[in-house]
This record gives sequence, C-alpha cells and structure tokens, in this order.
Amino acid sequence: MNMNSPVYILWLRQVKKYFRSRSRIVGALGQPTLFLIALGFGFGPVFAKAGGGNYLEFLVPGIIALSILFTATFSGIEVIWDRQFGFLKETLVAPVNRTKIMLGRTLGGATVAVVQGLIVMLISLLLGFQFNVLMLPVAVVFMFLLGLLFTALGTAIASLMEDMQGFQLIINFLIMPLFFLSNALFPVDNLPGPLAAVTQLNPLSYGVDGMRGALTGVSQFGLFLDFSVLAVIVIAIMLIGGKLFSKIQA
Amino acid sequence: MKLVKLRNMSEKIIEVKKLKKCFGSLCAVNEVSFSVEKGEIFAFLGPNGAGKSTTIKILTTLLHPTSGEILMNGHDPSKDPDAVRKSFGIIFQDPSLDDDLTAYENLEFHGVLYDVPKEIRKERIEQLLKITELWDRKDNLVKQFSGGMKRRLEIARGLLHHPKIFFLDEPTIGLDPQTRNHIWSYILELNKKEGITVFFTTHYMEEAAKYAGRIAVIDHGKIVAQGTAGDLKKKTKSKTLEDAFIKLTGHGIRDEGASSVERLKSAMRHMGRR
Repeated sequence: MNMNSPVYILWLRQVKKYFRSRSRIVGALGQPTLFLIALGFGFGPVFAKAGGGNYLEFLVPGIIALSILFTATFSGIEVIWDRQFGFLKETLVAPVNRTKIMLGRTLGGATVAVVQGLIVMLISLLLGFQFNVLMLPVAVVFMFLLGLLFTALGTAIASLMEDMQGFQLIINFLIMPLFFLSNALFPVDNLPGPLAAVTQLNPLSYGVDGMRGALTGVSQFGLFLDFSVLAVIVIAIMLIGGKLFSKIQA
Repeated sequence: MKLVKLRNMSEKIIEVKKLKKCFGSLCAVNEVSFSVEKGEIFAFLGPNGAGKSTTIKILTTLLHPTSGEILMNGHDPSKDPDAVRKSFGIIFQDPSLDDDLTAYENLEFHGVLYDVPKEIRKERIEQLLKITELWDRKDNLVKQFSGGMKRRLEIARGLLHHPKIFFLDEPTIGLDPQTRNHIWSYILELNKKEGITVFFTTHYMEEAAKYAGRIAVIDHGKIVAQGTAGDLKKKTKSKTLEDAFIKLTGHGIRDEGASSVERLKSAMRHMGRR
C-alpha cells in the first residue's frame, strides 16, 4: 500500500495504538480465556456424551469470534474517545474524503481484531485445540470479515453518539445478544424455531461457521454461503458507517 | 496595470453574509457579516462565549450553519466541504492531539493527511519541532507532555502545511513570551512569503494590535465593531485597544458553555474502562 496515503496512515495509527496499550491486549484476553476454560472443560463431558464430539474443538471458533466481536466494536466506538479528546476534529477538517478516513480506521480496527483472534487461537492450542493448519488462511479471511463488519458497525453507532453514556447499552443490547444468540456456544440444528431463526439471521453465525468449517472441517451452512453472506453484510454496513461518519459535526 | 493590481489586492478570500447558528432558541451567531481579504491578517475578538469558536467551526466545515451565506476561497462549506478543507489549516483552541502517538508521529500523520510531499514533510517537521523546542522530545508519547508542550506541538502541526487561509483560535494561550514571539515571527513570515491569509482569535489585545491589519469585535453573536486598531480606538475614544475592547463589550464577566478542561475532565471520568 502507498505509504503516503491517508488510508494507510489511519490504519497505521490504529495498529500502533493497539500494540502500545498492553493492558488493553491482556484485558481483552481474560474473558475469552475464561470462557474457553470454564465452558470448554465444563461442558466438554456432557457434549461428548450427547454425541457432539469434542466440545473444545466446537467452541474455539466461537470464542475467537467473541474476542473479534469485542475488539472490533470497541475499535469502532473509539471514534467517541477521539471526539472527546479533540483528535477527531483533526481528521474531520483534513482535506481527505471522510469515507477514506472511515475506511482507514475500519481496516485498522479489523487488523487489530484479527491479531486478537489469533492470540486467542494460540491460547486454545495450549488448552489442547487441534486444527487443520492448511486452512488457517481461510479462517483468517473470516476473522478479517468479522473484524471489518463490527468495526464498521461500531463506527456507525459512535457517529450517532455524543458521549460514552450509551456505552453500557451497546454492550448489553448489541454485543451480548450477538454473541449469545449465535452458533458460537451451541449447535443450532435442533433449536426451538424462534431461536433458530434468530441465530440464522445473526451475521456472527456465518463468521463462526466459516471459521469452524476452515479449522475443524465441520460447517453447517458451507464455506461459500458463509463467505457470500458475510461479504454482502460487510459491504452494506461499511457503506452505512461511511455515510454516518461523513455526517459527523463537531 | 495598476488597476488590475488593485483588484487583486482586494480579492476576498472569506466572505460571510448574515451568518446565523442557533442551538434551539439560543443563537450563538446571529446575522454576522464580514469579509477577509487575501493576504490579510485578521483578528476576530470577543469575550468568552461571544460566538468566535462557533463561527470558526462553521467556516471550517465542522458545523452546519442555520442560515446565511459563506464563501471560503470561492467555495461554500456546506455544499463543497472537501474543496473548502483544501483551502485552510487550523490550530484549534481545544487540545486535538493523539496522546498515544509520539510528537513526531502526530506531525507525520498530519503531513500525510494534508498531502505534504515526503521530503518537504521531513524537513519541515524538523524545522518546526526545533522552533517549538520539542525536537529532543520528538519520540516521546504526547501523553507525557506538559500543557505548554502540547500547545507548542499543536502549533507546529498547524504550520506544517501551508494553506491559503490559516485559522488560529487562541494560538498562543498559555505560552511564554519567548515562544509566542517565535511563533508569531514564523506566522508573519508565512504571511509575507506565501501570501497566506491569517484569521486569528486572541484574548491578548496587544497581540491583536501588533499583528492584525483589521479587527472585528463580536459580542453576543453580533459584530459590534470592525476596522483597524486605530479605527476602533478612534471610534471609542480610547487610548489602547484593550480599553476600546472593554468599551465595546462591557465590563461583565462571561461564562462559556463548558470549557475544554471541564469537558476533558468529564471524558476522563468515562475513561475508567480503559
């Protein structure tokens, strides 16, 4: 990429900021690790008895998705921090199309989210997770798509917010439902109707299914459908996010 | 020949007609009209909360006006914001640095956004960091800087690209006289050499008297006087610009909505999560 392009410098800023805030990296790993250990080993025996196979193998893609979901949404929401600390103005008056600014930020947020996802994967290896190494690039593609999707979503929401007051709302009414009402923790084959419908409308499910298919060879929707659905949603949310970001007043 | 030259000299680079910005029933800017000529140094003075920053925000595309006409370098900020953004540079009144980047990175970021070619960028960053006496701290994160250092860095950043119009919103607030002089001599040189128009606000009346060709005084969202420092003094029968300013705007002390410091404090309270 052109080192002098605004998109690149915005991407670089996100990535640098991430690697400089070690507390944030470690903090964001605590929750996924806890989930892996408690759920992975806690439900493992039941899952195996019910004929579901190795639960850790099933769970890991879901927990990777969880950490991407959190990291990426927060990267998007960082717009509000930039607004409160004044830095947003610096980018808003620059002679650069705001869509490009949003694009750079989003690519940066997605990159950071992928790194975070890969760290969770490393942790899961320590816990005994095994996967198909050859398909790792495919899994990374799905991680990146999820990263783009939720950074753009976070940016879109942040563009509409004045301050951090609505932050808890976002966690409780967006991030948590997206995570729990997906296929991240349980198989969706025999769910009651409404829940099955919700999980199938949830874009996170397609990312998890894609990663699961790539890493462990078990996919419900098929990799092609996973990719297509995600790609369409990513493009749509990025367009909406770009539009809302362009309209920010300071 | 002479006529052409004269016409060029009086070319208007900022034109504002009946500008109005209301927040609910409160109008921060109320039918303000003024113009700034190309190459001029123009001071925009007023007590706290008079409408200075709101006007600047509108001119710099950060806020949409309620009504009125604006032409910045021939472009309308609400219709063609990108063209307007290409014409100006600004030093904000409030902090606007990225604390998690180094001093150098903040400038580099700015240089790339403003499309300053790499060689010139490098050269100017060094020159400006030396003028502002930050060169030996260039690789420190901005969060380790004192308030005065941050201010100096912001000024260095604002001067990194050479736009047609320069907005300086209380640029020298909190700086010692030495730095203030350095910075003003740099600005004056830019104004002279590159014909950059300077639009600034300040609470230091001697600064306005010394550097501004023309001055506009705004109060309660309206322009109450315009002209050279001499005109304003004559009009109010005052000896100094400070006296003239007080006669024009009264003795009462003004409150600003929420100061930048207060807003920062409230932001810090939300930062517990980080």
